[in-house]
Amino acid sequence: AGNELYAAHVSSCLCFERISLIFLQRLVLKQFSLFCNYCENNCVSVFSPSSSQSLSSESWFLWKQSEGDFDLVSGTRYKGDGGVYGWDLRRKLISRGANFLTQVLLRPGASDLTGSFRLYKRPVLETLVSRCVSKGYVFQMEMIVRARQLSYSVGEVPISFVDRVYGESKLGGNEIVSFVKGLITLFATT
Amino acid sequence: MTKLVEWLVGVTAVLVSWAVVSFDLLDLSLPEAYREVALPMPLYLLVSFGCYSLATVGYRVATFNDCEDAAKELQGQIKEAKEDLRKKGLKF
Repeated sequence: AGNELYAAHVSSCLCFERISLIFLQRLVLKQFSLFCNYCENNCVSVFSPSSSQSLSSESWFLWKQSEGDFDLVSGTRYKGDGGVYGWDLRRKLISRGANFLTQVLLRPGASDLTGSFRLYKRPVLETLVSRCVSKGYVFQMEMIVRARQLSYSVGEVPISFVDRVYGESKLGGNEIVSFVKGLITLFATT
Repeated sequence: MTKLVEWLVGVTAVLVSWAVVSFDLLDLSLPEAYREVALPMPLYLLVSFGCYSLATVGYRVATFNDCEDAAKELQGQIKEAKEDLRKKGLKF
């Protein structure tokens, strides 16, 4: 129930011929159909279902992609009017601290590596996925790092990240440990 | 070149040049002032980097945007979706 019911999600799946979304809200559909034609079904959006994002912002991704013919458009919580809602100080501190560490060590050319909203050109997505070796959300980080490695162009769109309304958000000790492990692996191998 | 290798190369280059200047390894006979400045350099650089990190992260946490509007919008959409589905006969 809740977010998963109404929001449109595309789970990270390669097989989509075009941007296909599960629409449950008519008003969102109207906004989006304008941009589907524009994009000519050549892009795949990847949304992690752990966050909620209004569908209208997907149109921003498409617009941004066409603006600069970017190979990859990434949502960022840290720039422009991107942001979060419902985060306490501890969570903000961890997020910014981890991102700073990532920037220093990896210099990835994107401001938000662990955000979960991306738009890829289809061949770019295929290439990147074939090269990535990690699992979980470190996979997201690796995608952007590899994209930088292969000199793909990356555009950014500010997103507002609102916590899930139903269910528990995960940020425990395990997550932090696996993040650090993933970071060190990327640092040593890319 | 991986990031790790880049860092190792950079750090090695800095340390070697520091050692050469501070301990006069190549018998360059530099003026005393150079040696005095160079000797505590690594420590200074580490401390400066530490301060820079704290200041940057602190500033970024302080200016982290809070999006009230997005949250309200989401709540509104959840309500609409529930209403819509209830009309269509789905029970929660």
